Amino acid sequence: MKIDELSLIELAEKISKQELTSFEVTKFYIDKCNEHSDLFALLEIFEDSLDRAKEMDEKIKAGFKGKLAGVPVVIKDNILYKGKKASCSSKFLENYVAQYNSTVVQKMLDEGAVIFARANMDEFAMGSSTENSAFGVTKNALDPTRVPGGSSGGSACAVGAGLTPVALGTDTGGSIRQPSSYNGVVGIKPTYGRVSRYGVVAFASSIEQVGPITKNVKDNAYMLEVLAGNSIHDETSLKEEVPNYLSYIKGDISKLRVGVLKEIDEAVKGLEVEKSYKNAIKFLKENGAEIVVTSIPSFNLTLPCYYIIAPAEATSNLGRFDGVKYSRRSKDAKDVDEIYFKSRSEGFGKEVKRRIMLGNFVLSSGYFDAYYNKAKKLQQKLIEEGKKAFATCDVIVLPTTAGEAFKIGAKDGDPVSMYKEDLFTIMANILGVPAISIPFGKGPNGLPLGLQIVADRLNEGTIYNVADFIESKGGEYARL
Amino acid sequence: MQDYDIVIGLEVHSELKTNSKVFCSCKNQFGQEPNTNCCPVCVGLPGALPVLNKKAVELVIKAGLTMDCEINDIAVFERKNYFYPDLAKAYQISQLVKPICVGGHIDLENKTVRLNRIHLEEDAGKLVHSTAAIGTLIDYNRGGVPLMELVTEPDISSADEAVEFLTKLRQRLIYAGVAECKMEQGGMRCDVNISVKKRGSLELGERTEMKNLNSFKSVYRAINYEANRQIEVLKNGGKIVQETRKWDDNHNRSISMRKKETSSDYRYFPDPDMLAVEIPREDVEALRKTLPLMPEELKARYISEYGLSEYESEILTRENHLSDYFNKTISFYNNPKEVYNWILTEILSRIESSENISISPENLAKLLKLVENKEVTRTNAKEMLSRIMENGEEIEALIKEYGGGVDETALKALVENIVTSNPKAVEDYKTSDTPEKVFRWFTGQVMKETKGKANASKAEEFIRELLNK
Repeated sequence: MKIDELSLIELAEKISKQELTSFEVTKFYIDKCNEHSDLFALLEIFEDSLDRAKEMDEKIKAGFKGKLAGVPVVIKDNILYKGKKASCSSKFLENYVAQYNSTVVQKMLDEGAVIFARANMDEFAMGSSTENSAFGVTKNALDPTRVPGGSSGGSACAVGAGLTPVALGTDTGGSIRQPSSYNGVVGIKPTYGRVSRYGVVAFASSIEQVGPITKNVKDNAYMLEVLAGNSIHDETSLKEEVPNYLSYIKGDISKLRVGVLKEIDEAVKGLEVEKSYKNAIKFLKENGAEIVVTSIPSFNLTLPCYYIIAPAEATSNLGRFDGVKYSRRSKDAKDVDEIYFKSRSEGFGKEVKRRIMLGNFVLSSGYFDAYYNKAKKLQQKLIEEGKKAFATCDVIVLPTTAGEAFKIGAKDGDPVSMYKEDLFTIMANILGVPAISIPFGKGPNGLPLGLQIVADRLNEGTIYNVADFIESKGGEYARL
Repeated sequence: MQDYDIVIGLEVHSELKTNSKVFCSCKNQFGQEPNTNCCPVCVGLPGALPVLNKKAVELVIKAGLTMDCEINDIAVFERKNYFYPDLAKAYQISQLVKPICVGGHIDLENKTVRLNRIHLEEDAGKLVHSTAAIGTLIDYNRGGVPLMELVTEPDISSADEAVEFLTKLRQRLIYAGVAECKMEQGGMRCDVNISVKKRGSLELGERTEMKNLNSFKSVYRAINYEANRQIEVLKNGGKIVQETRKWDDNHNRSISMRKKETSSDYRYFPDPDMLAVEIPREDVEALRKTLPLMPEELKARYISEYGLSEYESEILTRENHLSDYFNKTISFYNNPKEVYNWILTEILSRIESSENISISPENLAKLLKLVENKEVTRTNAKEMLSRIMENGEEIEALIKEYGGGVDETALKALVENIVTSNPKAVEDYKTSDTPEKVFRWFTGQVMKETKGKANASKAEEFIRELLNK
């Protein structure tokens, strides 16, 4: 039995039953991470991880029960773990140490997790390739000449390369799903508010969510149950009880109504993903699902809508990084204006600056109605369209990306082409609905492609049932 | 000055009387060691999120109800973005498009001042300018303290009216339990917008703003200075520039700070971390029921029900602590005029603030009853009051000392003794045209002998009995 061949659920069970110790499992993964440091998936392996693992072994011996008892976990570098650095892959926060635990970290610790490393990302989660990290580019787990996607590229690569059984990502416009697709793993963006954002460094507060990235669908369902739930520190976190997501996995999709969007039929024409997308629909139909053609007429406006709302919120959220308090202060600053100006000029990377400027522009007096207000109205319209679409079907399927992972550097100097990476994923963020990406099909270079399954608010259970069905029974098609 | 009208609008910030801050559970408390009353939320650490203190919303609704404001069904919090070191998040959570209260008014002696709105926002921290070597320090304790901002329409036309308005506003907020308005602690701060125009002209002049005036005196002086300055500029053919001016209280002048062209664009937008606040009608009505009478209403009641004069009622309602004290006292001893007299002559002279009156309403009522029943003399009661308030003595011990100290048998014997040893006076009583005068001489003798401790009405009864034999 090799440790990295075990699923998260199997691993948790074996550690709980004391067939494996947390120490040996954690050590195994740390060693493997060190072996594969050339992937640059991780920014730091926490020094005290093995101590924590030993401590968990003691506790387990003494009768501790927890869903993640002794299980090693990787977090994205924008999630706060008290006493550990959280830099958001930015020079500005290079040495920032979290002063408190985020809700998701606290929930995982309560369940006994050994959080052992923090993963590389695009600076402040802005990007789709992890090339925007201030500390270096993460490689694709399956082809080191290619990007891992982003912004949770480090997390997805770590899971894809078997460096951890599970990693957390955050998803503002596709930042969990797109890298999951590129690294051949499973990642979900839950319903907006399902997982608390408390202690997660904010980029675009109204649309982003934390979610798990795992090797398979059942692990993902298992993990989301740990992360989800209301937090008294977060008004926007939902109060609805968290279900046992695994119980939704029934191995049957015969009564399922699967929606396909007219707009996607158009959009996929000629893309690498076209064939596997069509295969997915074929597979679902062959297995008894009813295929419903539906529509979100404003689908093509999701991208512009996102690139107004997200930068607007980002510009405000990132204001606190000003060189006055905890973020790095420019050494040359002579007065307060210079502290702001020089610290921010030196501290932020190019893409972050671009979005700050965009955000300031769309919020400025004189432009506010034409941009920000219009985008918010459009979002409302899209939400209405989404409701109508989900009245006709249980899930909607669509591709995660246009094709397989692109070469490192291929989109340098072409931000718009990079923004288009999120074409298929942004819809779920704008609507606030849950969406998963699972591996399905292969691109021209044999690299994985992803299939998204999207459901109405709080229907993660349905998503997991469909995703698991495709994962376990769709073998033939999924390999194509 | 007679050729010009002065047009003034006020923006008044008052710190709300809540236990905790507006978006976190830190205490809402003044005067602690710098940066000891802070948490991730109020110092704006990465990842921290605001959670609204509902009590603060209730207090703003209450404030609005005392001024006839309309309460919005839905209130929305927005971010006001600007950079300043005391503003930890680089934005202040405030309200713009949908504040909690809109409209409303406060009536002055001679006019009505309309309100534009009242909204809820968070206070910022404080810069502390230290020595040159240390530089400027930041204390974030005040960051996140709930503030209500009230904005008037430009209905005020003089410094006197502005001060009258602020006095009435302050009274209302204190009476309603909304704010303590401790000016010296920055608990109430006022921005003044002022412009002047040719008398009777319909066209408004260019306005200037003076921020953060923290006493009524500063408001008064700043308005007079700035109105005169503007009039002088116009008279000399100059133009007023729209700008923010700093009021310098020490030198009694205003100084230009920031012209409009360089002012901030606050880039307001709804705070995505916060839910819109729904305010159901039932909740508003329930809050209305908890409101005490406002000073004007109390005053009217004192005049019509208790027969106090305008002036007397005014004195009692100036401070809520005093009217509370008065109301409580008369609930134990229903003689408003007498209670008023004692408060005015005996109590107000002995206290600095009506917040802490060192004799309880119950005990004052007890004392006044003793006087009414002649169990102690007025003079002794005053002495007792003084000893209670100044030495903190117990009323029960003092009653033993001053009143009912002589038992009936002893008193009777004493009266007999005085009557029999003064036959001349007894004769006078029987023959005099003014026998009551002689009678009072006898009671005086008894009181003198007993050092005022005798029950006066008992003594009178015994004396009359013997004299009329």
